[in-house]
Amino acid sequence: MPFASAARAAGREFISNPVAPMFSPEIVATAVLNGLLTGAVYALVALGLTLVYGVLHIINFAHGALLTAAMFAVLVLKLWLGLDPYVAMVPLVPLFFIIGYALQRFVIGPASHGNDANILLVTLGLSILIENLLLAIFRSDTRTIDVPYAFMSIDLDFALLALPRVIAFGVSVVVAAALWALLALTDTGKAIRAVAKEKLGAALVGIDVAHVYAVTFGLGTACLAVAACLLMPTFYVSPRAGGAFVFVAFTIVVLGGMGSIPGALIGGLFIGVVESLSGLYFGESLGQIGIFAIFIAILLFRPTGLFGARA
Amino acid sequence: MFDPMKPDRRTILKTGAAAFATGVVAAPLVLRAQPAAIKVGVLQPVTGALAHDGQQGRIGAELAIRDINAGGGIKSLGGAKLEMVFGDAKSTPEGGTQEVERMQGEGVVAVVGGYASAICLATTQAAARYDLPYVVDVGVSDQIVRRGLKNTFRIAPGFGTCATQALDNLVRINDAAGKPARTVVLIHEDGLFGSGLAKLLQTELPKRGFEVLETIAHPTPTRDMSNVALQIRAKRPDLVIPSSYYGEYVLLARTMQQQRIRPKAIYAVLNGAASNFRFVKEFPEAANLMMDCNHWHDPRNPKAIALRKEVEARGAFWTYNIPLNYSAMLFLADALERAKSTDRAAVIEALAASTFDGHIMPYGPTKFVDGTNTGAAPVNLQVQGNDIKVIYPDMFADGKPVFPMPA
Amino acid sequence: MSRVAAYLPIAAVVALAAVVPLVVTSNTVINFLVFTLIVAVAAQGWNLLGGYGGQYSFGHAAFFGTGAYVTALLQTQAGWNPWATVLLGILAGAAVGAVIGFLSFRSGLRGSYFALITLAFAEVFRILANAAGITGGAAGVLIRLDVRPENFQFASRGTFFWVGLAVVAIGLVLTRAIERSRFGAHLVAVRENEDAARALGVDPLRVKLLAITLSAGLTAASGGLYAQYFLFLDAGIAYGAWISVEALVAPIIGGIGTVFGPLVGAVVLQGLGHLTGHLAGEIPGISLVVFGALLILAVAFAPDGATGMAGRLWRRWRRPATPTTTPTATGGERC
Repeated sequence: MPFASAARAAGREFISNPVAPMFSPEIVATAVLNGLLTGAVYALVALGLTLVYGVLHIINFAHGALLTAAMFAVLVLKLWLGLDPYVAMVPLVPLFFIIGYALQRFVIGPASHGNDANILLVTLGLSILIENLLLAIFRSDTRTIDVPYAFMSIDLDFALLALPRVIAFGVSVVVAAALWALLALTDTGKAIRAVAKEKLGAALVGIDVAHVYAVTFGLGTACLAVAACLLMPTFYVSPRAGGAFVFVAFTIVVLGGMGSIPGALIGGLFIGVVESLSGLYFGESLGQIGIFAIFIAILLFRPTGLFGARA
Repeated sequence: MFDPMKPDRRTILKTGAAAFATGVVAAPLVLRAQPAAIKVGVLQPVTGALAHDGQQGRIGAELAIRDINAGGGIKSLGGAKLEMVFGDAKSTPEGGTQEVERMQGEGVVAVVGGYASAICLATTQAAARYDLPYVVDVGVSDQIVRRGLKNTFRIAPGFGTCATQALDNLVRINDAAGKPARTVVLIHEDGLFGSGLAKLLQTELPKRGFEVLETIAHPTPTRDMSNVALQIRAKRPDLVIPSSYYGEYVLLARTMQQQRIRPKAIYAVLNGAASNFRFVKEFPEAANLMMDCNHWHDPRNPKAIALRKEVEARGAFWTYNIPLNYSAMLFLADALERAKSTDRAAVIEALAASTFDGHIMPYGPTKFVDGTNTGAAPVNLQVQGNDIKVIYPDMFADGKPVFPMPA
Repeated sequence: MSRVAAYLPIAAVVALAAVVPLVVTSNTVINFLVFTLIVAVAAQGWNLLGGYGGQYSFGHAAFFGTGAYVTALLQTQAGWNPWATVLLGILAGAAVGAVIGFLSFRSGLRGSYFALITLAFAEVFRILANAAGITGGAAGVLIRLDVRPENFQFASRGTFFWVGLAVVAIGLVLTRAIERSRFGAHLVAVRENEDAARALGVDPLRVKLLAITLSAGLTAASGGLYAQYFLFLDAGIAYGAWISVEALVAPIIGGIGTVFGPLVGAVVLQGLGHLTGHLAGEIPGISLVVFGALLILAVAFAPDGATGMAGRLWRRWRRPATPTTTPTATGGERC
């Protein structure tokens, strides 16, 4: 196994005082880069959530479970067909769009009768159902996949960036841009924006609101499929794995402004960096409080987020 | 590329499960004109966060009951067979309590299992109300046995024993290699098990000549270990001591490998991944030569070897929960044998006086002092090639320590 | 409705329930019912704020956990009598409710914004409780098993059932009293239309603050009961999302904004969970799959909750000729 023993020996000299609370600029810079890379994937998970929230005005409790389902789909394709996770996007993104569309159109929509409290319960029921269906099928083992490029990295001299995480960063930004373009430039996008703004008005001018809702939900779910494909080369999956991303995604949605695509992207990157730095300075456990502190502060002082319009 | 055997493994797993099911269903048919079966509660969390460990524990208990019954049941009670009353603790204390109440209602003679400390703490108390004997399988928190509950017997070593033993063994392994290691970074999950252990190690390591450079806590689940790896890299410790659950440890090991961090040794204590064959199989490079002080079976015991073969033939991974629960059930059966009765007080008395040595753990004969099995101790393991070897103490070892890791 | 008539159903239900431990000898059932009652109390608390006030909290764990921790810690650390510490836990929970309410309502948070901020507060409490020394950190708090009535521990589970039932009864009476009071009317007015309520001279901030304080206090009582019944707490139990979800789902299933909704919902949900657990058999997870599916079906076919559906069926049975109106979110008891 290649490993840089020379670099390691050289690095030892930089450490003048091992117990000092201050970190060297290299470490802080690396932490910021790590935060950006992680944040991009958070942003992708948040994109789906913010889109669904912005249009349907519902808090989708099933978001985490759907992410888990997508991660298992990546695992299955890899183990049974040998499909690379990045290639798996080709079948999985359309598949999860259809799943999302169908869920909203035939389950969440009809079952909830348009009542907020009921939507909440239906998505909660869905998340329980999906999570435990995965448990029944795959059992509770923590599973991982091995890809040849898992340990490749880009050497920036002061930092090693894992190649899969750099790829994830790039793809997340591209997906956010594509989604933004879809909303801004296409007819479907216009219909979605119309429904988001004024549901009754949109219906009056002949827009099929139920269809638009389902398309939006489908797009949100498709984002999760992309996120799952990007995560699996470096992360693990178990029936509860997706849950780890949900609260942080909510924070990003609130920070970026509910319904805002650029907000979700920038919010995601920002939260990634905050998490990384507060983890470095306060420890990983208490560092989580940094996220919640931002979350609470934003809600209290600027509930529309950085990019959102007044609800 | 990845193992193409995977789909087959799943098929085997299914067949295995089917075989289990038939075995259980068929069991009553074997009963002829025999004394009534003795009901034994098996409590494990098979849904929720701890579902995996619970399922493993259950396999051990089930196989033990099968073997006990095949060997003629409880002879002093006319060859009475054991009958499992299974309860799913749902990974929560109240879920476990509910199942203990149900088992009590169904008239079990004792309860075996619990797995997690929080579940064990609640369920042993619930059982204590009925003087229902309770054999804890894992439950590392020493609070479980420190409350003076007469019904509670923990077969595995607790926190204190594991930590002390881990430290002593570390010193011995380090001394034998000419003291290559001096500085340490502790990584631990922030729950009951990780935090408690880290606290102990933090005070005890300096007394034994080690310097703790940093203690890093992380939550479960953790989404990213880059920062933890970064700090290890900055501190350049000789030793990394991680106490985490499986998923987080896998993340850490991957990140460390990707960041090309290779300390002289990774010395885990009760780690969720170090002594786990899934980890060894999926990440042979990251897992190789990793050491762990943990529960394990006695690799020299022929019964243990046969059991491991059987479990692996069924496609399940071998984990310590299996021999531990297997042994816990044998321990209970032995007590029933000696009590010559299913009377709870008599069973408790027999458990307390037990000097049972028919188990398959690397323990001496069981000897209980206030619910603690003083005959029990963890062993040191090391991943070597594709296997997990016991490297210390010598009387149970089937391998030699490789320390420090070759560069 | 006369005063007596308003409270008669409550008295009848409580009296009927009180007989249960005398008839049912199975401790399994009693234990199950005690847990159901504890959840019902948390749900009653949620219902005061969410059902009558229209403010959906996703973080009632913050109050449940505070009630539980204050109860357990004052007992184990300071050696106070648990009966007193449960009361202090309720006060502490109410205080936490008042502070969270003040911060969020003053900032004008409603709807999903309010839901999210309560969720965040509960999570902050959970992380702090897990890290702090006073709470026993990750090791949790263990109350010693010491079965004496003055110690809040009873030889028979039936006794604890009566204690839980008494708290549920207090919750029922409190809810009914609020429903009939001027404050209750103001609360409902705020729920229906805050701006209109303000125009009529109602101070929405004051009304919502009082509601969240009472709501938090009641849910904290549930936490205190949990601590005394299970005698063990850690951060995940006390401040975990599970109780926030239980407290919220039960009233919605049972009938939101109704006196009996939370109790009915808790019984239905816990019963359902228990039933599916037994029906589904061996494969782990299947029981919860069934539970999730039933939850969706229940919402699909009884969108106004169990009490609402019962009300509709009752009306249909009484007046078979008149077609029932389309179901709305209005519960059967809300009149």
